[in-house]
Amino acid sequence: MRHELITDAVLVRNYMDGDENALSVLIHRHKQRIYSFIYSKVFDRDITEDIFQDAFIKVIKNLKLGKYNEEGKFLPWVMRISHNLVIDHFRKNNRMPKFDNSGEFSIFSVLGDNALNAEKQIIKDQVECDLRRIIEELPEDQKEVLMMRMYKDMSFKEISERTGVSINTALGRMRYALINLRKVIDKNNIILTN
Amino acid sequence: MAKLYSECPQKKDNLNPKKETVDFLLNYSKALSVIHYNDLKFEALQN
Repeated sequence: MRHELITDAVLVRNYMDGDENALSVLIHRHKQRIYSFIYSKVFDRDITEDIFQDAFIKVIKNLKLGKYNEEGKFLPWVMRISHNLVIDHFRKNNRMPKFDNSGEFSIFSVLGDNALNAEKQIIKDQVECDLRRIIEELPEDQKEVLMMRMYKDMSFKEISERTGVSINTALGRMRYALINLRKVIDKNNIILTN
Repeated sequence: MAKLYSECPQKKDNLNPKKETVDFLLNYSKALSVIHYNDLKFEALQN
């Protein structure tokens, strides 16, 4: 841990007494934390630079006008000023944090492309094709119910009306269709995962 | 050799204000003086 010879409180007091060098020490001591804090909110170097500058202009004015009441909290005080200026910035622009692709931060580093790549698309097609072939092996009544439910997205009520059986029978056929599918898949060690 | 595009090229360890900004603040501080007159305080910027 870095040992700081002169505390912030002493530096602030010296600055208020006219020691300009004290401000330089304070800025260099805290600039990275304050700058990073602002950048973490606005994600734009130029805006961060502006807010950082405005924050310290306020700090300088308040200290010179003797408005600052030292309670050993110089950094939190500057952070609070920076935070308020960040809020002012967003309020003024009336928008949420904006990402543009001109700076170091690229939106594409956090946004993924959800579309399947060529390989995954081929695997998906293969899996669907395998599944169709297994379904074809099912008894006709079970296949009919499963096709209507999974591929035509019909409700069991609609299926029962279409096939002329009760809802419970349709549900039972669906259940047996799934059980039989699992049996075939297990028996033949078919892998149906993408 | 092929580039490793999977590596993250961004490093955020140099988040510091520009030297110009810091210099401006120090100069601003030197230029700003507060004049006390009775109970009133006046800001004056000397270039």
